[in-house]
Amino acid sequence: MNEFVGTQGLILNEPLLWERGRQGRTGYSLPTRDVDPAPLDAAVAGEGPDFPDLSEVEIVRHYTRLSQWNYGVDSGMYPLGSCTMKYNPKTNERQAALPGFAGSHPLVPSELSQGALQLIYELEHHLAHVSGLDAVSVQPAAGAQGELAGMLIFAAYHRDQGRPRSKILIPDTAHGTNPASAALCGYKSVPLATGPDGVLTPEDVAALMDEDTAGLMVTNPNTLGLFETHTRAIADIVHAKGGLIYADGANMNAVMGVVDFGKAGIDVLHINLHKTFSTPHGGGGPGAGPVCVTKTLEPFLPAPRVVKTGESYQLSEDFPKSIGKLNAFYGNFGILVRAYSYILSVGTQLKDVSQHAVLNANYIKEQLKDIYHLPFDKPCMHECVFTDKNLESHKVSTLDLAKRLIDYGFHPPTIYFPLVLQGAIMIEPTESESRENIDQFITTMRAIYQEARENPELLTGAPGNTKVRRLDETTAARKPVLRG
Amino acid sequence: MMRYLPHTPEDIESMLAAVGVKDLDGLFATIPEDCRRSEPLDLPTLTEWDLNAHMDRLAAQTVSWDTHKIFAGAGSYHHFIPEAARYVLSRSEFVTAYTPYQPEMSQGTLQGIFEYQTLVCRLLGMEVANASLYDGASALAEALLMAIRIGRTKKKTVAVSALVNPYYRKVVETYFKPTDFKVETIPSKADGTTDLDAIAGIDDLAGVAVQSPNFFGCIEDLQAAGEAIHAQGAVFITAFSEPLAYGLLKTPGSQDADIVCGEGQSLGLSQSFGGPGVGIFTAKQKYVRNMPGRLVGQTLDADGQRGFVLTLSTREQHIRREKATSNICSNQSLCAMAAGIYMATLGGTGFRELAALNRDKSEYLKGALAAAGLVLPFARPTFNEFVVKFPAGFDTRWQKLLTEKKIMCGVPLVCYYPELADHYLLCVTETKSREDLDLLVKEVQP
Repeated sequence: MNEFVGTQGLILNEPLLWERGRQGRTGYSLPTRDVDPAPLDAAVAGEGPDFPDLSEVEIVRHYTRLSQWNYGVDSGMYPLGSCTMKYNPKTNERQAALPGFAGSHPLVPSELSQGALQLIYELEHHLAHVSGLDAVSVQPAAGAQGELAGMLIFAAYHRDQGRPRSKILIPDTAHGTNPASAALCGYKSVPLATGPDGVLTPEDVAALMDEDTAGLMVTNPNTLGLFETHTRAIADIVHAKGGLIYADGANMNAVMGVVDFGKAGIDVLHINLHKTFSTPHGGGGPGAGPVCVTKTLEPFLPAPRVVKTGESYQLSEDFPKSIGKLNAFYGNFGILVRAYSYILSVGTQLKDVSQHAVLNANYIKEQLKDIYHLPFDKPCMHECVFTDKNLESHKVSTLDLAKRLIDYGFHPPTIYFPLVLQGAIMIEPTESESRENIDQFITTMRAIYQEARENPELLTGAPGNTKVRRLDETTAARKPVLRG
Repeated sequence: MMRYLPHTPEDIESMLAAVGVKDLDGLFATIPEDCRRSEPLDLPTLTEWDLNAHMDRLAAQTVSWDTHKIFAGAGSYHHFIPEAARYVLSRSEFVTAYTPYQPEMSQGTLQGIFEYQTLVCRLLGMEVANASLYDGASALAEALLMAIRIGRTKKKTVAVSALVNPYYRKVVETYFKPTDFKVETIPSKADGTTDLDAIAGIDDLAGVAVQSPNFFGCIEDLQAAGEAIHAQGAVFITAFSEPLAYGLLKTPGSQDADIVCGEGQSLGLSQSFGGPGVGIFTAKQKYVRNMPGRLVGQTLDADGQRGFVLTLSTREQHIRREKATSNICSNQSLCAMAAGIYMATLGGTGFRELAALNRDKSEYLKGALAAAGLVLPFARPTFNEFVVKFPAGFDTRWQKLLTEKKIMCGVPLVCYYPELADHYLLCVTETKSREDLDLLVKEVQP
């Protein structure tokens, strides 16, 4: 197995925090006590938390060992479809940690926060430019909150038109956050079936679109990795009935410098800065989900907004039609700094980023389609989607393939999504992987296919090289243990 | 050449040949003309060296605790972050991982979040905590929506104390605007706490939220609040923006709170112009299936070893879609990890000592300001924030202090409570020395 990345190494055990430590230790240097103790009213006084006491050495070892049980983009290839696990540049961390950014209080008056406000203002303009839409708010804290902002904008717009609507069209390939965000705004989801080519058809939209439907939520490129070729025609149908088009920009990494979402008829788009714009995922956040809109919808964007007068920047609440605030302050500012830093570093080469991402996905698709079942054999965007149909006869599933990839040193692709395909395997290599890495991934996928035929228990028993083997998720849910 | 893009021209050429496409533009043949940009991208492109200079310049145009003495909290607190905590948090295996969908290669994140959930429960005296929400404000909005779910959506009104952070209340308003549910505001009393007598007149009450310490810094009588709220058959929600207070105060859990939520920025996160923070969310065990957000649970692997997984996901959007308990997907995982590391670094003893130091310094300043003739309008006990009434016209002096002396003397309350002209909310943490406090008193005394 020498030619493969995955190998075995020493994995250290580490107990839970409270199974370590001893009262009387500390990992903290308490700032000087230069005032006298003040008595606290017994009616409000408590006993203090029951935390273990550990020394600094124990803390550092504890978390270092934990970190070694994890796998990140810095460890290796992470082709998790629709998640855009690209490289997270280190200079971005330096910028976000600058004292003027990391140490700034959000309620300092605007005239003393000019740098932070300029950064927000310019980032919004750059995102508007890349998306092709007119105005942006970077306040939403994640993609799903960007979607919620979009749905709140839909609802506010229709209310403002004097005709609130009750339904929303959502394709069957959509991420679960789409219907969940729409539901928060009281919209009833109407499912829209994907056409035979893996994209939506204008006819299906026309058949469902009516004047009680607020609009359509579409992910473009969609979760099958395909560009929705009829976007403009579909937008015209929806607009003719007074509706709006929402685009989920989770897959924006495929189309920078190529697609103009405004021209395509999109009214609202959210972008995931933790996908396309390189901010780290942090094991599940924090991210940021800026929302981009047309001129017509600009008055509804979340407030406050950063406005520029002459050479100075101010936070303004003066947007009476705004959907309001989504975040206590201005969103995940530290993430905005990283995305801004990325845009300035890459600049116009954002188009190259998309080109390389799409090249890598198509290359993988071509190199694996002779053995793995490819439901839509056509050019893909930044990800390609296979299924486990050709593995079934060996009694091996997508899950087994995923677990075996771990032993070979790769993070598995996204599995069992989109739901419209049975046993989906969604591979998004991103632009960050070199030709050699991608070839090695392909070689590994082919080797696993061979194993599935000859020695399927290697897959069904995987992973074997990790800290823990397959975990009993059923018992975890049936008898939940959520704290120690 | 660009340092984040490994492909050489030869790589590209050979890969294009394998795909069967002539050039890179050919990869986008499925994108129709009516969706294409007419102009190429027009963006600045900086070298790493130039980027550093540009960012240094922007950062220098924003004041921070580094350049100014900021006696302001109001939902964002300056606390000292130990270097060891910062260092281990920056391990790239934590930073550059995705949501732990593949538990066998994500045990670091999963155990770390399980520990966070446990420490948060111990801090607040609660039974279950989730893996985090976005921030304190959206956590409160989610808590109120959860209260409505607990009442099986039969009861359509929630009530929020006027002394809950005004920014949190605005976010609640945003989340509730498109729904059929109503949000009532509960007025305050002269002592700086919530007037819970006012809820007696509200029918149809699914949940009531009180913050403690509240926006004025005052510690609410949560026991009495809970009794009044439960007497109405409503879910008792307590919020917070300064969790360090629970190093000293009685926990909300011991006072029968049903849901406790708030902002965890104080626990080892930099202020960062207001975000990212971390939305802490806890509840009684019996409500766990109504909770929003991810949960990490303990289980065993195929060899019987202890391990951790994401669990109870049948509540969540990727399974339940429009019927999910929330639309949340990505949360603030790394910030929750930071909070866990911070709580572990301080330990029970350190956490309590630090909380006491915050309060003692704050009491010292209160005493000195009162001795200087200033008015402290609210009699209730406080933690590290409190309200001061300055003489009429103090706003010009406040502005001068900020620009000339680099001292931010609290946050003016008149922006949120028009009746409180000349009232300022001051905050003192362990980062202010006695000298700093004496200087402030000297600068503001009438």
